[in-house]
Amino acid sequence: MATDFIVHDKADSVGVVVVEDVQPGRDLTGWILETDETISLKALDPVPLGHKIALGDIKKGDTVMKYGYDEGRAVQDIGTGRHVHVHNLKTKRW
Amino acid sequence: MGRYEFFGYRRENGRVGIRNHVIILPLDDISNAACEAVANNIKGTMAIPHPYGRLQFGEDLDLHFRTLIGTGSNPNVAACIVIGIEPGWTARVVEGIAKTGKLVEGFAIERRGDIQTIADASRRAQQFLQASSEKRRELCSIEDLFVSTKCGESDTTSGLASCPTVGNLIDKLDPLKATTCFGETSELTGAEAACAARAATPEVGERFMQVFNAYQEVIEAHKTSDLSESQPTKGNIEGGLTTIEEKAFGNLQKIGRKAKYIDVLKPAEAPAKGPGLYYMDTSSAAAECVTLQAAAGFVVHLFPTGQGNIIGNPIEPVIKLTANPRTARTMSEHIDLDVSGILRREMTLDEAGDRLIDMTLRVCNGRVTCAEALGHREFVPTKLYQSA
Repeated sequence: MATDFIVHDKADSVGVVVVEDVQPGRDLTGWILETDETISLKALDPVPLGHKIALGDIKKGDTVMKYGYDEGRAVQDIGTGRHVHVHNLKTKRW
Repeated sequence: MGRYEFFGYRRENGRVGIRNHVIILPLDDISNAACEAVANNIKGTMAIPHPYGRLQFGEDLDLHFRTLIGTGSNPNVAACIVIGIEPGWTARVVEGIAKTGKLVEGFAIERRGDIQTIADASRRAQQFLQASSEKRRELCSIEDLFVSTKCGESDTTSGLASCPTVGNLIDKLDPLKATTCFGETSELTGAEAACAARAATPEVGERFMQVFNAYQEVIEAHKTSDLSESQPTKGNIEGGLTTIEEKAFGNLQKIGRKAKYIDVLKPAEAPAKGPGLYYMDTSSAAAECVTLQAAAGFVVHLFPTGQGNIIGNPIEPVIKLTANPRTARTMSEHIDLDVSGILRREMTLDEAGDRLIDMTLRVCNGRVTCAEALGHREFVPTKLYQSA
């Protein structure tokens, strides 16, 4: 089965889109590296190759997890299937 | 030839190189023109121009000498001509390189001028080149190999696949007694605790944290609001990386899962504790980092890229790999190894690591890298502060 997005860790709140041209409404197949599980998700935003997609609802102020680690803080509510990037996620450092 | 063997050039001091360069090395910025003229006269030699070497002092001057002496001493260099404006500092670099036992000679421009200096240095460069051209490759093992790594123009595919591919290679070559090196102090921000935990001893981990904390003070002193568009870079952000923490965890994948670093090196400091993985305090700017690693004696560099950094180095071949299928397609002349198959589940990480070992050994045997073919010779000494 073709993989549209990859998740590093079971605990992660985001996956990485690995195909070009993901448009809203597209049903995506994901692969969790840690557990070798296959999951599915519907994209609600255009998400470019290499960009992140929310695996579940993320509340403003929540810590976003990737690699099983803290990658920063959500600065607005992010719905499942939405594009996660500099507009809604910020570093906790510097 | 065995699986983990290659043909290299064994130097007078026992170290092994994979190239046989004769370099024309300027002490200072104003000697670049003479060096380039010598390299133009004597085909097959290479000038390594740079913008520094005047009125530096203290730790910054020490680093300048360490960088130049280390570059000339690298086993990829068969012989070296040093040209400086005056004889004192020129001799200091020559004496440092001479400790390796290789052919080296210095020339100073004052009281002779460029034209006479170029003539004298060209005659010696021709002799060095012809003598070095008779050097033969011999069978060497992984124990003789010094491998450095640093990633650039990273994106999320770097953390998913190309950096873990380098990590897989390091996990396989570490037990075979390769000497390996990673750095990029600023780009470990957010993953510093995970990095400290990979030190071989608590003492080494503490020294890593001291270096890391010192760098944070530099950033705090010079930053404006934050490091937006510098860390992560514009290219990183275009590629989907959002925060420095995310970039750092991707970066750290390069050291694999098992290998532990046995020492913390100053910039351009040669490893002195035997085979193993070393951490070096470096900038995360690609050319600065690779220049420091080459000056520390590393002979082949592994460079994972996401969006497509095109860097090379004059003396240390840079092997580029990417897992980004678009970069592999649109910038193929820069990519030595395409591991995007990992993302399509067509290739396992273990297979990708083996392919990278194969490519590394082919380059050690003489295969020309993409960066070498395209003439990328970025030599960028690190400057710690303003000159006097």
